[in-house]
Amino acid sequence: MKHSLLLTALLIPFTATAAEQTFDFKDPKGVNHATFLLDAPLETITGTANGVSGSLTIDPEKPEETKGAITIDAKTLNVENDTMKEHLLGADWMDVEKHPSISFTVSGLEDFEMKDGTATANVKGKFSVKGVEKEISVPAKVTLLPDKLGARTGGKMEGDLLVIRTEFTIKRTDYGINPGAPTDKVSDEVVIKLAIAGASPK
Amino acid sequence: MRMLVRIVAVVLLGGTLVWWFQSGKNAGWTKNRVAVERVDEITGINFTEYEDRFIPGIEYPVAAGVAAMGLTGLSFIRRRKRLTSGAGEVQ
Repeated sequence: MKHSLLLTALLIPFTATAAEQTFDFKDPKGVNHATFLLDAPLETITGTANGVSGSLTIDPEKPEETKGAITIDAKTLNVENDTMKEHLLGADWMDVEKHPSISFTVSGLEDFEMKDGTATANVKGKFSVKGVEKEISVPAKVTLLPDKLGARTGGKMEGDLLVIRTEFTIKRTDYGINPGAPTDKVSDEVVIKLAIAGASPK
Repeated sequence: MRMLVRIVAVVLLGGTLVWWFQSGKNAGWTKNRVAVERVDEITGINFTEYEDRFIPGIEYPVAAGVAAMGLTGLSFIRRRKRLTSGAGEVQ
């Protein structure tokens, strides 16, 4: 009896966190990506970035306590014109040599709702671009795909996939991204879309 | 000679417009690569891949238009004729 009580006491911390799952968002296939859109009166600029990495730890029992960070390699920012890309990565704009990553550090979820296997929530966290960090909250759609990792890896690994989609708008001037640039040519508002899948091997 | 310059201007402008139109009449700047949308079958995520492809931008027809106007303008410049008269040289 004494032994079984001791065993139960030892197991409690493990069983309490057994439901927690960590999803790794590093994606060698390059599917995970962010897109950005600057729609100015004189010019529309769109681009992508696919150097996504990071992880999120989610407890289905306490989804509001989700923690983790998603990072994008700023050097993977891409547009359809070489000269424009050179400017984008340069010191006036993203200055990727000094600020090589864009990150979103998740501190929790708000307004979590589950419907037909897909959850919606507002993700709270610190968004960091070009060395400027701001607290933001963005709407996200989260879908759990149980046992789909095998299909994605050709059977090499088994586990679950977690797909996160979000769309939010920031002001580039808030993050010191060439604040002097005319807004009729380069919009101040940047619409960011993120669609990423994380893997949790079993 | 003047007619030849005007024909060159028309051919330059017309040819550039046809080429730009056939290349996709891209009203933005010239593109060195083109974004192609793909879908990951497992996750349903739409993602973008880039293919190296040259798509001429609006600067080409604009430059051709400016060049054609310049050539046409040149064709109207009269060559100064040197006339001689009994009183001397008159231009």
